[in-house]
Amino acid sequence: MTHRTAAPDAVSRFRASRRLLLLGGGAALLARPALAQAWQPARPVEFIVAAGPGGGTDQFARIVQSIIQKHNLMRTPVIVTNKGGGAGTEAFVYGRGAAGDPHKVVFGTNNVWLMPLVTRVGYGLSDLRPVASMAADEFILWTHTDAPFRTAKDLVEAARERQGAFRMGGSQARDTDHILTKLIERATGVTFTYVPFRSGGEVAVQLAGGHVDANTNNPAENIGQWRAGRVRPLCVFNTQRLTLPEKVHNGVGWSDIPTATEAGIGPAEFRMPRTVWLPARTTDAQAQFWTQLLARVRETPEWKAWLESGSQGDLWQTGAELAEFIRRDEATNREHFREYGWLVEQG
Amino acid sequence: MEGFAALLHGFEVALTFHHLALMVAGVLIGILVGVLPGLGAPNGVALLMPLTFFMPPVSAIILLSSMYWGALLGGSTTSILFNIPGEPSSVATTFDGHPMAKQGKAAEALSLAFLASGFGALCGVITVTVVADDIANFALRFSPAEYFAVYLLAFCAFIGMGGTNPLKTAVSLLVGLSLATIGMDTVSGEMRLTFGQDQLVRGISFLVAVIGLFGIGELLATADETEKVEGIRARVRLAAVLSTLAQMPRYTVALVRSAAIGIWMGLTPGGPTAASFMSYGVARRFSRRRDNFGRGEPEGVVSPETSDHAAGVSALLPMLALGVPGSATAAVMLGGLMIWGLQPGPTLFQDRPDFVWGLIASMYVANLVAVVLVLATVPIFASVMRVPFGLLAPLIMTICLTGAWMVSGSGFDVLLALGFGVLGYLMKKLDYPIAPLVLAMVLGDKAEDAFRQSMLMSRGDLTIFWSNWLVASITTLALLLLAWPLLAGLLRGGATALRRPAE
Repeated sequence: MTHRTAAPDAVSRFRASRRLLLLGGGAALLARPALAQAWQPARPVEFIVAAGPGGGTDQFARIVQSIIQKHNLMRTPVIVTNKGGGAGTEAFVYGRGAAGDPHKVVFGTNNVWLMPLVTRVGYGLSDLRPVASMAADEFILWTHTDAPFRTAKDLVEAARERQGAFRMGGSQARDTDHILTKLIERATGVTFTYVPFRSGGEVAVQLAGGHVDANTNNPAENIGQWRAGRVRPLCVFNTQRLTLPEKVHNGVGWSDIPTATEAGIGPAEFRMPRTVWLPARTTDAQAQFWTQLLARVRETPEWKAWLESGSQGDLWQTGAELAEFIRRDEATNREHFREYGWLVEQG
Repeated sequence: MEGFAALLHGFEVALTFHHLALMVAGVLIGILVGVLPGLGAPNGVALLMPLTFFMPPVSAIILLSSMYWGALLGGSTTSILFNIPGEPSSVATTFDGHPMAKQGKAAEALSLAFLASGFGALCGVITVTVVADDIANFALRFSPAEYFAVYLLAFCAFIGMGGTNPLKTAVSLLVGLSLATIGMDTVSGEMRLTFGQDQLVRGISFLVAVIGLFGIGELLATADETEKVEGIRARVRLAAVLSTLAQMPRYTVALVRSAAIGIWMGLTPGGPTAASFMSYGVARRFSRRRDNFGRGEPEGVVSPETSDHAAGVSALLPMLALGVPGSATAAVMLGGLMIWGLQPGPTLFQDRPDFVWGLIASMYVANLVAVVLVLATVPIFASVMRVPFGLLAPLIMTICLTGAWMVSGSGFDVLLALGFGVLGYLMKKLDYPIAPLVLAMVLGDKAEDAFRQSMLMSRGDLTIFWSNWLVASITTLALLLLAWPLLAGLLRGGATALRRPAE
């Protein structure tokens, strides 16, 4: 198995499925010594969702679960549990308690490394081992249909005139929506009144009802209201336009939304990675198993359909590349949070 | 009549053998899930979710929603028999349901609860059928100020009444509000009252508190009354169900009023728990037999149960139209919706009429199935009360502790439930009302969030609660209900004062 790293994906996939067949055929005891290095789950696996039921992170874990079951990618069953307390920190604390257990897989976002910066939590980044980042959720600046502004620039100017009374709705405090709002303030020099709600769904309804002036919801959170013509996208915080050809409302579709740079506001890019973690003190072989499994999940039509339905970007990072990304993102945000006075020293 | 044609089409979808079988299966699993406290409908639905990945969306939602109806009914069973609410929304049922069971009227109490539930559900689903298209527009009017007004209304309807010592009520309420603040604060993102404990980060689960306060607390209190060791001689015949059915017209006023409250709270969406508390509070305030409330008054069972189900049923529509769940169970189903490839939102009704109307039609059928099935279980469950207390108590204790464990699989929760059990016992002995504490735990953090969001939006101006007719009328109604005992006294006093000179 030493040549594994050099093997192309297709070969390792074949090997994995052959292994499953062997084990399934009752030849487990004979086959095991030969595959000593390759680890696989021996008992039911728990997927821990760092969010309550219903939201994007919950769907992320459940979609992976459904694909594993449907395509028979694993022999042991998967149970999904929600541990959304403390904005997801409950799941990470649980992950810390499960150190060394490769049967516990935690599903989160960038909150894994951002939460310890802004609030006292019972875990550190070293308590979890990053396995993969599988997707990136996009952020779009939205306003309601009756609002006078047609472009992001108009909106920013209107906000400047209202001197801080402009209401920006978002999900949770000091989480992605709030961070993005702060970044827009930094880039444009205006101030918003940030109103935190419990979930992106609530924020979508508040904007559709005209109770807040704008929000920075993910595509999946606002598409229902956009389709009904109650909200309007102004710009997407990505360096490239979205690629989905679908026209959503009145002949305007995803690919017609200007980028933030085109719209003349900042930040140029803001995306939220959807990440998968193992507890610390798990072995490389165990992490390898999950990386390969998730790589196969990623190639199924169901996964692609899910990304498309929420207009999410593909962001596949693993191993050293992912660790480096996390390190850089954490450092940048630490600087910003210090500036906002959000930074908390863990005691 | 377009809606009627759509509904007929929905029945075509729902009334296949396959779907009827799913409904029966869902209801039966739901009853089981509801009877086990702590497991609860949200967890039950989440456990069943993987099964639905391979089903068409209509079948999946029929299975899950049927299970929800079953769980709502099952939750009432343990409320009445053991004083353990299986669901947050059946807490109010314990207030009079359990006293009735202790008086040997368990079969009547259960039948009353289930029939009232059936009535509530029917009213809810009829409303849903009639106003399906306008729902989304109405719910959009609710900003944080309106939400706060609705919660205030629930608080005022339940709390502003005489009877117990108002100071003790206030103490209980404030303890509940403090408990509700534990954990992460939505508005500031800070941890509150966690004392650096990891277990407190997710807050104190309402279910754990209720299992302790009601289930274990009641057990301790009963054990204290030493003479009551033998079982209660309950009459258990199926005839009790029928005679209760014949008595239902007696409660027409309570039924209609509670259904109206439930539907309003379901659509707005205040949720089933708030609805049942509010309905109980209003019934106690305006009933002719108000002094009998809390001592086994049938109206005190009928009112919360009707509202609970009317709200549970009508809350499904805002969820589909807006994508905002009205209850924890609805949130799980909403997640399922997206996994099945459906996008909740105002256009779902046009895009997928077969799904929406199939669901609505299934709500008629599944609720009927659920009520019939659960009525059939009445003799079995009611005879549990004949078991001597000495045998029953360890069993109830086991159910309570495993229930506390099941909420999130944490040993800390079991200790917490025991702690709440002692608190519940002490409160009973010292004559502190437990209900305000529970209500504050359920609605406290939501009300607080809504209030602070409103204050952010109005920049600290309280007139936001009178800024349009909707919020102004709800707020004013709430304050009127709060002051009702005082106002009633004044009116009576005024009337006698007027009459006196004429004499």
